[in-house]
Amino acid sequence: MTDFSQAAGSRNGGLDLGRLLLEGRAFFALIAIIVIFSILSPVYFSVDNFLTMSSHVAIFGLLSIGMLLVILTGGIDLSVGSTLGFAGVFAGFLMQGVSFEIFGVVVYPPVWAVVILTCAMGAFVGAINGVLIAYFKVPAFVATLGMLYVARGVALLMTDGLTYNNLGGSPELGNTGFDWLGFNRLFGIPVGVLVLALVAIVALLALTRTPFGRWVYSTGGNARAAELSGVPVKRVQVSVYVLSGICAAIAGLVLSSQLTSAGPTAGTTYELTAIAGVVIGGAALTGGRGNVRGTLLGAFVIGFLSDGLVIIGVSSYWQTVFTGAVIVLAVLLNSIQYSGRKKRSTPSDGTASSPQREAKSRGAEPAAESTAVNPASQS
Amino acid sequence: MTDESAMSHNDDTPREDVAGEAILSARHVAKSFGNVHALKAVNFDVHRGQVTTLFGENGAGKSTLMKILSGVIRPTSGEILLEGRAVSFASTSEAQRLGISIIHQELSLAPNLSVRDNIFMGRELGGSTGVDYAEEERQTRLLMEELDEPIDPLTPVEELRLGQQQIVEIARALSANSRILIMDEPTSALSATEVEVLFRVIRDLKQRGVSIVYISHHLEEALTITDHAVVLRDGIMTAYAPRRDIDLEWIVRNMVGEGFDLGSPPTGYGMGDVALSLREVSVPDATVPGRSAVDHLSLDVRAGEIVCIYGLMGAGRTELLESIAGRIPLTDGEVVLDGNDVSRLSIAERIDQGLVLVPEDRQRDGLVQTMSVGENLSLASIGAFTRGLFTSRRRESDVVASSIRNVHIKTDGGEASIGSLSGGNQQKVVIGKMLATSPRVVLLDEPSRGIDIGAKAEVFGLLSEGARQGLAVVFSTSEVGECLSIAHRVVVMSRGRIAAEFGTGATKEEIMAASGEAVVA
Repeated sequence: MTDFSQAAGSRNGGLDLGRLLLEGRAFFALIAIIVIFSILSPVYFSVDNFLTMSSHVAIFGLLSIGMLLVILTGGIDLSVGSTLGFAGVFAGFLMQGVSFEIFGVVVYPPVWAVVILTCAMGAFVGAINGVLIAYFKVPAFVATLGMLYVARGVALLMTDGLTYNNLGGSPELGNTGFDWLGFNRLFGIPVGVLVLALVAIVALLALTRTPFGRWVYSTGGNARAAELSGVPVKRVQVSVYVLSGICAAIAGLVLSSQLTSAGPTAGTTYELTAIAGVVIGGAALTGGRGNVRGTLLGAFVIGFLSDGLVIIGVSSYWQTVFTGAVIVLAVLLNSIQYSGRKKRSTPSDGTASSPQREAKSRGAEPAAESTAVNPASQS
Repeated sequence: MTDESAMSHNDDTPREDVAGEAILSARHVAKSFGNVHALKAVNFDVHRGQVTTLFGENGAGKSTLMKILSGVIRPTSGEILLEGRAVSFASTSEAQRLGISIIHQELSLAPNLSVRDNIFMGRELGGSTGVDYAEEERQTRLLMEELDEPIDPLTPVEELRLGQQQIVEIARALSANSRILIMDEPTSALSATEVEVLFRVIRDLKQRGVSIVYISHHLEEALTITDHAVVLRDGIMTAYAPRRDIDLEWIVRNMVGEGFDLGSPPTGYGMGDVALSLREVSVPDATVPGRSAVDHLSLDVRAGEIVCIYGLMGAGRTELLESIAGRIPLTDGEVVLDGNDVSRLSIAERIDQGLVLVPEDRQRDGLVQTMSVGENLSLASIGAFTRGLFTSRRRESDVVASSIRNVHIKTDGGEASIGSLSGGNQQKVVIGKMLATSPRVVLLDEPSRGIDIGAKAEVFGLLSEGARQGLAVVFSTSEVGECLSIAHRVVVMSRGRIAAEFGTGATKEEIMAASGEAVVA
């Protein structure tokens, strides 16, 4: 969170309040939500409630971080909700034991193997998306929309529409511990929240401190320029969808652990919530702009808002209306911010660079009218 | 030709309605974009029923003047007289109502629609039951017959050859009752026979009293069709004369003038071995299937040498440079860098080997607008300051600071946004980014495009300095003056081949003659 004050403050020392509110809007929105609901309900402002709400946020947060990577490259991943559901069912399927009829054995993989296999499944789904988009030039919207249906359909096929309820495993089979993926608490904090924190830190480091992060931003900012600068644009595109798939798989594991059951319809429409989180966090859907901090704030805004509405007893229909309004408001503020940036930058740049420009045009005019001006004399 | 107008014609008030009289005039028209003065008090006459050609190098102000005459932009000062009356149009449609149409270099037809629908686009003829397609079709057929190009009105435009599409554009202008037709580089993409057809149409239009303003880089070709020549240079009209008084040499002399000193070839050091060698390189033309944009071209460039590639639009310069850099795959031939064939390598691998390209369009291909100056500068050399998984911020800021210093970027620092820089400084960012990779060969596609003359001189100074330190430099240009600045060798390209090569002693006239003569003999 230290970055936040930096980003808002470093540009120009004497910044006005409006600009501060605009740039830190997700942060202030979160504060406002917490304050308002704390006044409206006595139970809202408590450590226990925050932890409960945070474990709900963890699911959206994980999806949003994967979505952020994709959106930063200028793409979109509509398949994450389905991948989440598919991953839960896949994990449930593995927990029930995989029978190899040829050998007449049933293999019960330990939980760590279930986690790895499920993440690999998520990566595979993402890789299909990525390859379709990067190499076969299928528009991201269409490719991932197709995957939204396919992954959901496969999840339904795997269970015949039913839900896996016994994910606890048994000590004799050596596959207990599934509840440690999201349901249990470590140092009093839900494991799901810790998983989110871990993924967020990894994403933050990857985006800000590695070449990969720079490649992601440059691909979304201007893919042609990035390619000519030696950025492996296609591989970057495939990677972000793979990472998004893995994030969705992790979210699926956390969710089915929290619910102690894995249903094939879990995560329906979550992709839209994930996109909303990214957008509320200030990212541009055109790519190149956005960060992990904002996206986390966005996920918390949505999560704390909807849980708050539940706590004060607002009907779920109204919740939908509120959430939608918040998303539209966020996008509206985004466009104000980005168009404002352009308008603001021109006059302020003028003051910074106009002496030099004047010097140049002064140099150019006599050159045009008379002739030969020694270029060296200008610099 | 009946005109006894000659030089005195300039300040005429309208006279009787005869061919050759000025139908449309610009008086002291000036246009500034910020501090850039694109046009400075230009006087310009369009003669009734004749062809007036506007000559000038890139950036001389031709397009700006045409945009003012056709209502695309408004002049900063000065007035426009249409048949002696001052007019001012707020838009192209207003200009069109007054009978002035412009045909842009990039055609503005909807390729998916039919010829008929394109001609009446935005002016559909209403009938009692919606659009009167039958009447539109009849008029279209009539127009196309008049233009001697009997294309079926229902043919989709995308199925037509480029030359035919141009004629559809002309038909559209005529159907809007245009009396003045402005044509911006109409022949740049046409084959020789298509040019013949176009010229026949132009002569036809003259017969019908249509006045034509013609812009072309193909000087000889333009001389065969024009009745009057006007030359612009650096936003000023430098010369005017009727066709019978002028020749090619007169145009060239007035176009290029004495010029601005952009430096001279660096000397006083020995050149190294051949750094870049092109062997029979061929690249397909993206727009015309079956044609080659670059046709079995071979070229050697030595370390420390600066080679200028001159050519008109469509000569294949961009395709050549992009294929060397790896953006476009070769259909034939190989690119050899320091003795290694790099033709199969990706762009990133070629950059690693020391072969970099500074692209022509810096907004589209050079800069990432969402990133800061520093992030743009370090984008291509990111490996140099990465240790293990992570980039080192300290090393990166060193790279950025030294780039800003080395290429003289005027900026508030690496944190500044790209949009805050002037065009010349943005160009230096793109150059600095590629130089930060410590290349052996640097290719620059029109490095001076859209930057003012002072920045141009600085960019050329940078390239000279690089060459002195053993860099092989290849840059392309469409301004002949730039060939005679820092280049040790000038290679003239035409239709994808090398038309001529000159040393340092070449004249502008020789170079221009070598680039343009291949079109219409």
